[in-house]
Amino acid sequence: MCSTSGYSNANSIDDMNSGFDEMRHASGAVREHYQGYEQWLSAQPDVLMRQRLEEAETIFHRVGITFAVYGEQDAGGAGTERLIPFDVIPRIIPAAEWQLMERGLAQRVDALNRFLHDVYHQQDIVKAGVVPADQIFQNAQFRPEMLGVNVPGNIYSHISGVDMVRARDASGQGAYYVLEDNLRVPSGVSYMLENRKMSMRLFPELFSAHKVAPVAHYPDVLLETLRSMAPSANEDPTVVVLTPGMYNSAYFEHAFLAQQMGVELVQGQDLFVKDSFVYMRTTRGPKRVDVIYRRVDDDYLDPMVFRPNSTLGCAGLMAVYRAGNVAICNAMGTGVADDKSIYPYVPKMIEFYLGEQPILHNVPTFMGRDSSELSYILANMHELVVKQVHGAGGYGMLIGPTASKAEVEDFKLAVKANPSGYIAQPTLSLSTSPTYVEQGVAPRHIDLRPFVLCGAQTQMVAGGLTRVALKEGSLVVNSSQGGGTKDTWVLED
Amino acid sequence: MLSRTADHLFWMSRYTERAENTARMLDVNLEMALLPQTSQAATAAWQGLLTISELDSLYKHTHTNISAKQVIAFMVADHNNPSSIASCLRAARDNARAVRGALTTEIWETQNQTWLELQQMLKAKAYEIDPGKFFEWVKFRSHLSRGVAIGTMLQDEAYNFVRMGTFLERADNTARLIDVKFHSDKDQGSMTSHYMRKQARGVQAAPSNATDFYYWSAILRSVSAFEIYRKVYRDVIKPERVAELLLLRADMPRSLHASLNGIYVNLQAVAPDAASETMRHAGKLRAELAYGDIGELLSMGLHAYLTNFLDRINDLGSRISRDFLLPAA
Repeated sequence: MCSTSGYSNANSIDDMNSGFDEMRHASGAVREHYQGYEQWLSAQPDVLMRQRLEEAETIFHRVGITFAVYGEQDAGGAGTERLIPFDVIPRIIPAAEWQLMERGLAQRVDALNRFLHDVYHQQDIVKAGVVPADQIFQNAQFRPEMLGVNVPGNIYSHISGVDMVRARDASGQGAYYVLEDNLRVPSGVSYMLENRKMSMRLFPELFSAHKVAPVAHYPDVLLETLRSMAPSANEDPTVVVLTPGMYNSAYFEHAFLAQQMGVELVQGQDLFVKDSFVYMRTTRGPKRVDVIYRRVDDDYLDPMVFRPNSTLGCAGLMAVYRAGNVAICNAMGTGVADDKSIYPYVPKMIEFYLGEQPILHNVPTFMGRDSSELSYILANMHELVVKQVHGAGGYGMLIGPTASKAEVEDFKLAVKANPSGYIAQPTLSLSTSPTYVEQGVAPRHIDLRPFVLCGAQTQMVAGGLTRVALKEGSLVVNSSQGGGTKDTWVLED
Repeated sequence: MLSRTADHLFWMSRYTERAENTARMLDVNLEMALLPQTSQAATAAWQGLLTISELDSLYKHTHTNISAKQVIAFMVADHNNPSSIASCLRAARDNARAVRGALTTEIWETQNQTWLELQQMLKAKAYEIDPGKFFEWVKFRSHLSRGVAIGTMLQDEAYNFVRMGTFLERADNTARLIDVKFHSDKDQGSMTSHYMRKQARGVQAAPSNATDFYYWSAILRSVSAFEIYRKVYRDVIKPERVAELLLLRADMPRSLHASLNGIYVNLQAVAPDAASETMRHAGKLRAELAYGDIGELLSMGLHAYLTNFLDRINDLGSRISRDFLLPAA
């Protein structure tokens, strides 16, 4: 049988004591929303679970749900593609927790969109002294090209992926924190959809026993969101997905979303600008494009405005955008709102723009630019997570408690040399979730990325991408560093 | 549809078809090699295969002599040979991957699965252990790709470009397959070409020896036409009839005529202008096959005819490319 009692073996006592486990109370008792699942799991023969895991891998390979590994080649000189490991045990979120999270996410993304509009227009938040001017205007992600540009519905971030983590709070309960806002080209939603498809295929019986909120309609909601942003004159807008191409690590997702929405997947070379409109080259001549869901970074979108040597974008695109003849989702310049140096100000933004208290909490953050916080960071680095404000993907960071003395000293030098380039946070013991690993079922750290869609209205599908650090004790969930994914269940009442 | 998408679809099916035909060509050579023959003749047959595939110089770049084993490895597994089965199946899969959003799930999964299985077979050297079985596998994966496309695709432009790629490649490959023996025999002065020359002069003769029979029946089998020949002609195997079947019969699925019909019909479906030069070239080539006479073709010399045919097919491919796939900015 597939025992989950080995779950509380010696290796995991630390986690059980200091951390928050999604399935079990500190006492070891199974939480209410996991009881049905746990009963089912402990009745599964180990060999069967192992088989299902292998089956999942075979299917993912055949379907080609892979990500490209940069800089690696196989024997034949082709790029290497890897699977992101899939864990067969779902992460379960009770209805009430999701409802709170949903309200909090909508509130947060609303404030971030208002902030972006403000930054590129009247800059009230700077005038009010809530966010220092240099934090915005000295920011590498600030795009002066966007100043004064009016975007449809004043929405900049149409697709937002907000990274959430959970940790034990003072009362011993699990509290959700926002770790990071991703407002540029957040990815991962295809894994949310494919993971669900996979678990329904492997374990159909579980879905008749649990009321799991569906996620499969995400592409429809996405299409509706994108269409609602089209230049107003057009009743049947042409939407396209713009990809850097098949060697991009998220290419599978670009192709997948285009296919699911029934729209063209284009590359820069397929687009051209003529007479203030964007067109794509088709077998029947040029066709006008109204909405571009772009999965290409700002820098590469228009060689006439950004990087002149980029071939991934379309020359003249920015001019068409300024003229209001094409919608670009997400807008350019959204990076100024999801930068780690801006993150600490988001709760204040919510108060400033909405006059509301933030529903979701930030992780307490110390900023290197503040001299007293800097000395705190330097004095306590061995206990903190220190991050470069422009780093991403789990790179450019130091996890104090697991770093060697030398690493800490090196990082201190780097922070001293450029204090405003760093922030620091207490090391959160991310919550753990039962995960199927070599030795059987064991707790592993997880996070959650739900996706918020803002168009004519703000919508979410109940769920998100749960990433899991498969290495015992590891807190790094990024797929580029050995993380895996899980199906995420939001239970319905 | 996007020109680039059409281009990828077109090449996806071309490469799949090419892999299949390479397997067919190797298979027929392998079968012929089983017949009693001099070692020069055997070498000449493999040399002919390289020549007709225009891979002579590439092969000689890395090989000093010609043997069945080396040529098969070169044509199956060599990633530096752009026409090897491995290169073709990878290119087919890469093209499919580039437009996987425009493909049905079944088409993509078939292409991807073919590629994954091929890795295993190459690793296990399946093409050395049992080449016949390996070639059979390549053929059936191609049948499956084609069948899945026909059976699952919406019959829109995308479908037309997929089909066009198949037929264009097949016309090219069938022509080469017929030509391969003439090429190798040219210098050898063997019975077969001698016989064909007599035929061309109108001399009546039956197949003069068993080698001829085995040769032509291997050609027929390589395009799955042995039974068809028997059914159509109810006659012993005669080279001029084999040539007629593979060049001029519209109802023989791998013939030049049938391939041109396939190109023409699909081209017509996507061409905005029925009077375009590309349509005219396709229509003319098709008409020549439809109203052709095997006696006339043979008197012209089959090799000369096929060389000319290959040039025109190549030209037609370039025209399709210019018109639809890679239009000037």
